[in-house]
Amino acid sequence: MNDYTIDGWEIVVGLEVHVELATATKLFSASANRFGDEPNIHIDPVTLGLPGALPVLNRRAVELAMRIGLALECTVQPCTFHRKNYFYPDMPKAYQISQYDQPLNVDGWLELPGGKRIGVERAHLEEDTGKSTHVGGTGGRIHGSDHSLIDFNRAGVPLVEIVGRPDIASPDEAKQYVTELRQILVAVGASDAKMEEGSMRCDANVSVRKPGDPLGTRCEIKNVNSVRSLGRAIEYEARRQIALIEAGEKVRQETRHWDETDGRTHTLRSKEDADDYRYFLEPDLVPLAPDAAWVEAVRAALPMLPRERRRRLAEATGAPADGEAVLVVVERGQDDYVLAVGAAGGDVARALVHVKEAYSEQGSTPSVPAADLAGLIVLEKSGRVTATQAKTVLAELLANGGGDAAAIAAAKGFEAMDLSALEALVDQALAAQPDAWTKYCNGEEKAVGAIVGHIMKASKGQADGKAVSAILQSRRG
Amino acid sequence: MADSTPRITPEAVAKVARLARLDLAEADLARFAEQLAGMLAHFADIDALDLSTVEPMTQPYPLVNVMRDDVVGTSLDRDEVLAAAPAAEDGRFRVPPIIGLEG
Amino acid sequence: MTSAPVSVAGVAAAERSGEASAVEVLERHLAAIDARESDVHAFNLVTADSARVTAERVDADVAAGRDPGPLAGVPIALKDNLCTRGVPTTCSSRILEGWRPPYDATVVQRLAAAGAVFVGKTNLDEFAMGSSTENSAFGVTRNPLDTSRVAGGSSGGSAAAVAASFAAASLGSDTGGSIRQPAALCGVVGVKPTYGTVSRYGLVAFASSLDQIGPFTNDVRDASILLEAISGHDPLDSTSIPRGPVTTTDVLDRGVAGLRVGRIIDLPGGSDPEVEQRLAEAFDALRAAGATIVDVELPSMKFGLTAYYLIAPAEASSNLARYDGVRYGMRVDAADTNAMYGATRVAGFGDEVKRRIMLGTYALSAGYFDAYYGKALKVRRLIHDDFDRAYAKADVLLTPTSPVVAFPVGAKVDDPLSMYLCDVFTIPTNLAGHPAMSVPFGTGADGLPVGVQVLAPTLGEPVMFQVAAELERLATR
Repeated sequence: MNDYTIDGWEIVVGLEVHVELATATKLFSASANRFGDEPNIHIDPVTLGLPGALPVLNRRAVELAMRIGLALECTVQPCTFHRKNYFYPDMPKAYQISQYDQPLNVDGWLELPGGKRIGVERAHLEEDTGKSTHVGGTGGRIHGSDHSLIDFNRAGVPLVEIVGRPDIASPDEAKQYVTELRQILVAVGASDAKMEEGSMRCDANVSVRKPGDPLGTRCEIKNVNSVRSLGRAIEYEARRQIALIEAGEKVRQETRHWDETDGRTHTLRSKEDADDYRYFLEPDLVPLAPDAAWVEAVRAALPMLPRERRRRLAEATGAPADGEAVLVVVERGQDDYVLAVGAAGGDVARALVHVKEAYSEQGSTPSVPAADLAGLIVLEKSGRVTATQAKTVLAELLANGGGDAAAIAAAKGFEAMDLSALEALVDQALAAQPDAWTKYCNGEEKAVGAIVGHIMKASKGQADGKAVSAILQSRRG
Repeated sequence: MADSTPRITPEAVAKVARLARLDLAEADLARFAEQLAGMLAHFADIDALDLSTVEPMTQPYPLVNVMRDDVVGTSLDRDEVLAAAPAAEDGRFRVPPIIGLEG
Repeated sequence: MTSAPVSVAGVAAAERSGEASAVEVLERHLAAIDARESDVHAFNLVTADSARVTAERVDADVAAGRDPGPLAGVPIALKDNLCTRGVPTTCSSRILEGWRPPYDATVVQRLAAAGAVFVGKTNLDEFAMGSSTENSAFGVTRNPLDTSRVAGGSSGGSAAAVAASFAAASLGSDTGGSIRQPAALCGVVGVKPTYGTVSRYGLVAFASSLDQIGPFTNDVRDASILLEAISGHDPLDSTSIPRGPVTTTDVLDRGVAGLRVGRIIDLPGGSDPEVEQRLAEAFDALRAAGATIVDVELPSMKFGLTAYYLIAPAEASSNLARYDGVRYGMRVDAADTNAMYGATRVAGFGDEVKRRIMLGTYALSAGYFDAYYGKALKVRRLIHDDFDRAYAKADVLLTPTSPVVAFPVGAKVDDPLSMYLCDVFTIPTNLAGHPAMSVPFGTGADGLPVGVQVLAPTLGEPVMFQVAAELERLATR
């Protein structure tokens, strides 16, 4: 059920996400898989494609790839490796070892927070290329450069390529997909998946069509470096294609480069010049067929996934599973904490609100012990501190990494008035404002303001406004 | 008994030479085209075979699941490697501008 | 010949016991090189100085009571497509002229650990593509028995080195017959072991699913010793069979009584009549020695050449793509990287290599894959299955190794197809992954040596050596 359109046109988006795996070594050799070091120090004959070098598969890379596949509800199957042959200076062998017609993981899905499932066609293993820097052109681009320099530290790093089906129908859904995927990857320990650092890279295939029409010609968008850029790039590209078609022209199938600074996509290359990759089975490797015991062990060891964590938190707190509070708190990894607060006696729905609002700088292990926040919430719920006062106490708990909420409240003179004192204040106010009381009892809601104002003045602001309103309402009947 | 139509045209040879990054002169392209056509004509003996029920043989010895542990080994010495490079700069391999290539 | 050939077994034993000095044995071989290398041109590089250093160390070890290893002081030559750290490894190609690998091939490490003394890197057809060593960029290797003739190929230099007593043994590589055929032409023993028994790590790849390293020696016992020293599982080669070294020395004296020796009744004809005569005599001699001769058919064998000349060039076209002028070897400068690739590779590769790269690229290309490479893989299966049926009836098979004796230099260079036919009897074993070896058995036209090929099933080296040893005894009778 898709209701997102631009000027009556539907958008169809399929995302290809490449993820760098968090292994100690490369996919096919024992060089270190490390980011940000001096160039060309993590090299060996295999990494450099030296004559005589041979690949040997990294078992941990297979394990992490299986975790990804299983977390995306894929089937793990016996698989093979192929050579993808093409020339580029950051490709040390002039072929990339990848998976072609028999990939490791197939036919899964990713569920967006709102419940829509985006199909995952496959998630396969392949090796990364080296990195080139271009010298002498403008802005480090190839265009106009004098020469280029190649660093092979990254060459051979294990990647999993996750190919999503074209089920995404809007820029927002695309952003949700990538955000959710990132959480899954981090949760299963497969990758740190940071788009800005390049450990997660996203290419978008975008086409447009009128509702009911067959799929339009798609363009591949590359060089998207953040979730926000992804949304912008998809929107721009869709509009570009719509404008072309409405002007009577055809969309050319091509790869385009997203430019963050000018907010447009530009032609990178046309498909006519595309290399024939001449895929053939990699003769230096043997088939990979993880046995059922290994697959089940990986599956059993998967942690609770974000979707399940949201469901669990929503059930416990009564908040909607795709609401902002649940989304944010789970994304931060603070849902266990909220539940712990509940276990320590604090109202869990209230804990959710506090954590969502005040814990954005805290990581997944907040500094305030769950029991301490529970203590604060107990005070709140019993009416002994007001909501506003609670916020102040919480700020102090956060600043100090914990504390006794009751003691802090007392030190600040925050003891809220108890119920009988409140009742007495209400009696006084009703006696002092008989007209306002009559009007209120006759249904004039605004009349209550004078009564409450009298109470607040008499109590010097110590009375809990909500509690007072509740008393007045119940007296009115 | 030879088939009179060449099994590979000069255009196909030129395309293949481009794919393989062999910058051949015209005369050499023609010479190789003739030799390759002759070879492929000779290799036409398998055309008549019905292989529809035959499985391709991709491995001489049936091994499966060969893997290694994720343990860091020794790296090559960067200086030794770059000394053998045709061109190097700032600890990296230096190449001319990367134009006309698909990355 | 200036000096009688020494046996590996004899030299090693003598040196380990102190009866002979490694330095003396080496100097004898270096003297032979001095006397005849300018006529034979077996070597791209003679490593006399480092050989002397190793020989002196072996002698010092013996004197100090340390065991230098089972190949103590044995002078060994290495085909110049085996990586030797710090020592130029050229594959007889301009594109790797002067390139010094930063690592040793596994077989080189194993021989060094066993105490071997490396006398030099031997000449080959460029990148192991050829049957006469006339495709070398550094000059042809001539047959020591008649220097107007070829030594065979592609391991012509390694065969000639042993035949001329430049070394007691040598290593070559065999993809379609490149050890066995030159062994036959030079009158020495040459072995291609079962695919996967000898590590390919450090062997510059030609065709990954066909290449194997093996020894050239003066007799079958020496070959057995060499093969044991270099074989056995290597974790750096994924196609390496997880077994220990191939041991065959204990079967060498068993004789052939009770064994079944297969004669291929549909063997392609066209061999020299003397070659066919020697084969017939070999069968007769084995029968007289107690073997049973059985007739077998290999109906698909005649398609072996076609399958090989589609599969091998296809894999080679991919394996040789790494020679692009970026990281090592020759570079021809140009205005951009793409032009640099084209200029470098056209200048760096010889004609035969170019032909095979183009043939292989074509066989893999879109639209032709199924008709060429795909079909060839199926023909490979047919040949493999034919052998399986034959080995149900016979323990080993016997064929000529080469259809012709050593031919004059230049006789076949202008006719690639006629050159390819030199490998008609050797190619099928590479396709099947089986072992085979050539044993000198009499002479042919002009007194030139004839080799008989013993073929065995996968891991059938023991029975293969058993029969080969008997043939050797019968030949010298």
